Amino acid sequence: MTTSTEKPLTQNMRPDGSALDLRSYEQGGGYQAIRKVLSDGMEPKAVTDEVKDANLRGRGGAGFQTGLKWSFVPLGKDAPNPTYLVVNADEMEPGTFKDRLLLERNPHQLIEGVIVAGFAIEADIAFIFMRGEYTLAAERIERAIAEAYARHYLGKNILNSGYSLDLYLHLSGGRYICGDETGLLNALEGKRANPRSKPPFPPVVGLFGKPTVVNNVETLSCVPHIINNGAAWFRGLGRTKDAGTKLFGASGKVKRPGLWELPMGTTVREILEEHAGGMRDGLKFRGLLPGGASTDFIVEEHLDTPMDFTSLDKVGSRMGTGTMIVLDDKTCPVGMTWNLTHFFAQESCGFCTPCWSGLGWAERILKSMEDGRGQTGDLDKLASLAKMWNPGNTFCALAPGAAEPVQSALKYFRADFERHINEQRCPWS
Amino acid sequence: MLTRDEINEIDAEAARYPNREAVCIDALKIVQRHRGWVSDESVRDIAGHLGMSPTDVDSVATFYNLIFRKHVGRHVIMICDSVSCWITGYDRMRKHLHERLGIELGETTPDNRFTLLPIVCLGCCDHAPAMMVDSDLHGDLDPEKIDKELEKYQ
Repeated sequence: MTTSTEKPLTQNMRPDGSALDLRSYEQGGGYQAIRKVLSDGMEPKAVTDEVKDANLRGRGGAGFQTGLKWSFVPLGKDAPNPTYLVVNADEMEPGTFKDRLLLERNPHQLIEGVIVAGFAIEADIAFIFMRGEYTLAAERIERAIAEAYARHYLGKNILNSGYSLDLYLHLSGGRYICGDETGLLNALEGKRANPRSKPPFPPVVGLFGKPTVVNNVETLSCVPHIINNGAAWFRGLGRTKDAGTKLFGASGKVKRPGLWELPMGTTVREILEEHAGGMRDGLKFRGLLPGGASTDFIVEEHLDTPMDFTSLDKVGSRMGTGTMIVLDDKTCPVGMTWNLTHFFAQESCGFCTPCWSGLGWAERILKSMEDGRGQTGDLDKLASLAKMWNPGNTFCALAPGAAEPVQSALKYFRADFERHINEQRCPWS
Repeated sequence: MLTRDEINEIDAEAARYPNREAVCIDALKIVQRHRGWVSDESVRDIAGHLGMSPTDVDSVATFYNLIFRKHVGRHVIMICDSVSCWITGYDRMRKHLHERLGIELGETTPDNRFTLLPIVCLGCCDHAPAMMVDSDLHGDLDPEKIDKELEKYQ
């Protein structure tokens, strides 16, 4: 086990909360990665291979191999033109607040990641697709983009390398489904953000029908560090076989809600007890969603599980975004499940029937239990609805994500659901 | 009718995209920034300017949380109702806003000062419960803090 305390993503952030400007970013070693890539004449494929070798997996929640995704983009003179790179900065997963930190406090790190990734896939145009509510992040990213253009890190013939890239900030009209890769592309095309049927996948047919890579903010923020320090270094940052550091977070009624950059594979218990300080006084831990609303509950017996892509899968959940939401004993688990299902029902784009119809139905059942009108058979109905949302029945991951808290709540908090039905009331209200 | 400023801003955005329909969401946001909300007339005007049908523009407008198809007050309060805020006191905050302003979610005060809307997770979970007023984020809310913050918005 490594005892690495390196924090490449956050170590240069200013304690006062202001953004790292161009000069400070450069003083901390910033914009060396693009020099290595552009001035030292690396081949695009070599950049992709380095990222592949680093085992960088997507930090938006799905954990897809970043280098592998890049490698699907057609390169060379005969490739379709233009090629797009899109930064998914639409952070709307409930309980998730990690990308906001990277956008607000270290905007140039992201921009440098965009330039390196853009070079690797021979992108001509890049967009940062950001949720409209992130007003401070938008202001800081706009300023950082202007600074980068002024220093010739963006635009035509960057650092006289022959490579050109334009980068634009696009602010979303606001809808959770925009965070889905192909929903996002439709939103960027000015349409309703209904996810697309796949295949073809975006690296081949993406934005406006052209090759497009969509990467999360945290994923791209890792890229300059991988180029500067090498794939082996990055792999060594993780405690388990999943590489790198990760921004982990905790919210709910813990003593110190917050975000921490820690080695991938740090255990759930360390994050919950050491970093978040455990539960507030007088409250007991009941369970948590490890990485946002669309991950299965885990409970006491799972606390020693490493937070990474593989270990949480093994205990029936997912790392997701890595920002945990903690349930205490004074909060109703049925109410929490209702709140989550309400969110997913509301944010369904309305396209696939199991999602738009089934989620609304489940929300009504959960609400009726909370209101003291639960009926025998409700739990079976919920379980069969959740099964209908499993992967394969819908175009995108919204319904499968919605199934996760419901199916796991039924498993771990079944007695609480039954009490609601038997007593015809919410015991917590 | 769209103003000269609105048209110029929409056309500047349109330059980034290969077709005019792609700027539809930006156009709605630009008009809203100037007028506070997007009326039926504005939907028709944007459609005309972008070469789209008003129905297509409206189908986009009604899809997105941050496009207002009804008149809103001078300030828009968006209170987060997602899970971390729900655990830490959303209900109490909403009740307090209701008692103080006399309006429910989706309503505007008679003096046209505030519109109250729910919003999904604002990414402020470590400082829950949270709300936005116009473009400002406010976290660690309690009734006293809400009262104090709202004074800034006249």
